[in-house]
Amino acid sequence: MPTVLADSLLVFERYARQTLRSRITLIFGLMQPMLFLGFFGPLLQDVPLGREGDSWQILVPGLLVQLALFSSSFAGFGILIEKQHGIVERMRVTPVSRTALLLGRTLRDVALLLVQSVILVLAGVAFGLRAPLLGVLIGFVLVAVLAASLASLSYAFAMRVNTPQEFAPVINSINLPAMLLSGILLPMALAPTWLDVISHLIPFRYLVDGVRAAFVGDYGDSALAVGALAALLLSAASLTLGTRLFRRAGA
Amino acid sequence: MTAILSTHDLALTFSTKRGPVEAVRGIDLAVEQGEILGFLGPNGAGKSTTLRMLTTLLAPTRGTATVAGHDLATQPRAVRRKIGYVAQSGGLDPQERVRSELVLQGRFYRLSRAEAEARAEELAVDLDLTELLDRTCAELSGGQRRRLDIAMALTHRPALLFLDEPTTGLDPGSRADLWELVRRIRDEGTTIFLTTHYLDEADALADRLVIVDHGEVVAEGTPAALKERYGGSPEATLQDTFIAITGHGPRREEPAPLTV
Ligand SMILES: Nc1ncnc2c1ncn2[C@@H]1O[C@H](COP(=O)(O)OP(=O)(O)OP(=O)(O)O)[C@@H](O)[C@H]1O
Ligand SMILES: [Mg+2]
Repeated sequence: MPTVLADSLLVFERYARQTLRSRITLIFGLMQPMLFLGFFGPLLQDVPLGREGDSWQILVPGLLVQLALFSSSFAGFGILIEKQHGIVERMRVTPVSRTALLLGRTLRDVALLLVQSVILVLAGVAFGLRAPLLGVLIGFVLVAVLAASLASLSYAFAMRVNTPQEFAPVINSINLPAMLLSGILLPMALAPTWLDVISHLIPFRYLVDGVRAAFVGDYGDSALAVGALAALLLSAASLTLGTRLFRRAGA
Repeated sequence: MTAILSTHDLALTFSTKRGPVEAVRGIDLAVEQGEILGFLGPNGAGKSTTLRMLTTLLAPTRGTATVAGHDLATQPRAVRRKIGYVAQSGGLDPQERVRSELVLQGRFYRLSRAEAEARAEELAVDLDLTELLDRTCAELSGGQRRRLDIAMALTHRPALLFLDEPTTGLDPGSRADLWELVRRIRDEGTTIFLTTHYLDEADALADRLVIVDHGEVVAEGTPAALKERYGGSPEATLQDTFIAITGHGPRREEPAPLTV
């Protein structure tokens, strides 16, 4: 097995164990989407949303992307704490691949996200979501790729700042507009032209639309192909940038 | 004697929001195979920054270094395989168990799982950590944590060990134990590059001293030679010598150590 892979698995194992020990992380990330599902979802049931699919097939994909967006973009928080304990430097002085230090953590974040996504979709089913299994699985792949991209950028950014006070405001000021502009809660089909135009500049929008197409079983829809392409481009760019910054950063 | 480490004009300038900080301004030094080198200097002199460059954590802005036979700039991985590093503030995860920290460290040094587990046991015996293997790092005392830090750095039997203020914050008993340990590690063949603010420690442990101030080497030699040259006589205290060289005493946040 190539070193980077073997090392990533070692790193993954450590952080997966830590996550399993603190089950609170799992619950905590799910809070917000669950609240939207329970207290916002029912409002949409009889509202015309301007696109194919019933309201749950439109909302749940949005919530999945929201989950990935919020939990992965804050992934770097953990490494900030570790930096303060000197853990990151201690690892970087060993021959372990520095790329693996990033990838192993990112892998843990993706695994966590997938577990959360399954719970979220099951809860959605309880509320009335009906979607083809294949479509749901395609949706999971898309959000997993999104999560990997954002987490690696988040880690790289966290390596360049020293305190949570420098980190959190930047992430927050990107997340909220990104969420609103990508039509996570309501499809952008409802937006006036100017808003629709702006939202086309946000890569997450294509992912949301792609996951929605998958959830209604429209596998031939161009939205799905565009969503997959957006995920691919985003991950290629973020992982390249993320690993480069992470490897170079003076911890 | 042959040098296990040598630097030429090594320098690092941090760029901060408030402008550049010249932490290290061109250091030339050599560490001989098998010696304990004491690297001294007041707070902010650039000691930790120098160590972090020599351990591949920070890229120098200028200059070159050869560490354990490899060029620092072009062969950082080879350097990492040969050196051990204990940072000023340690590097342990409070929530991890002592054993799992040691085992993972072994895995990072390319030991198989079984080898890494055996090495963890061995190190625990060597550094008197056996009773503590199943505790979390948060449950260790300062002295125990320091021993674990050092155990982790010894995992791969490094040729060169960097210790950044290894005894800061320890009680006199633990400090004495640590001195004993450092001597033993050296006697087993590891060269040691050590920073400290405790001049009695430098006097007791170091074969040779390099004193830095404001990012530059201001004096170097054996403790005896430095005392004679700067303190006025071979019987001068290292304290007086240090003040004569840097213009002030070793500033410290901690209370002064007991002079025994
Ligand atoms: N990450 C950093 N960013 C900006 N400046 C830094 C950074 N790290 C250290 N410095 C500055 O570089 C100088 C040297 O710091 P360094 O930590 O190397 O000193 P030191 O000799 O180890 O001091 P001490 O005895 O207090 O540990 C100081 O002026 C310090 O403020
Ligand atoms: Mg220091």
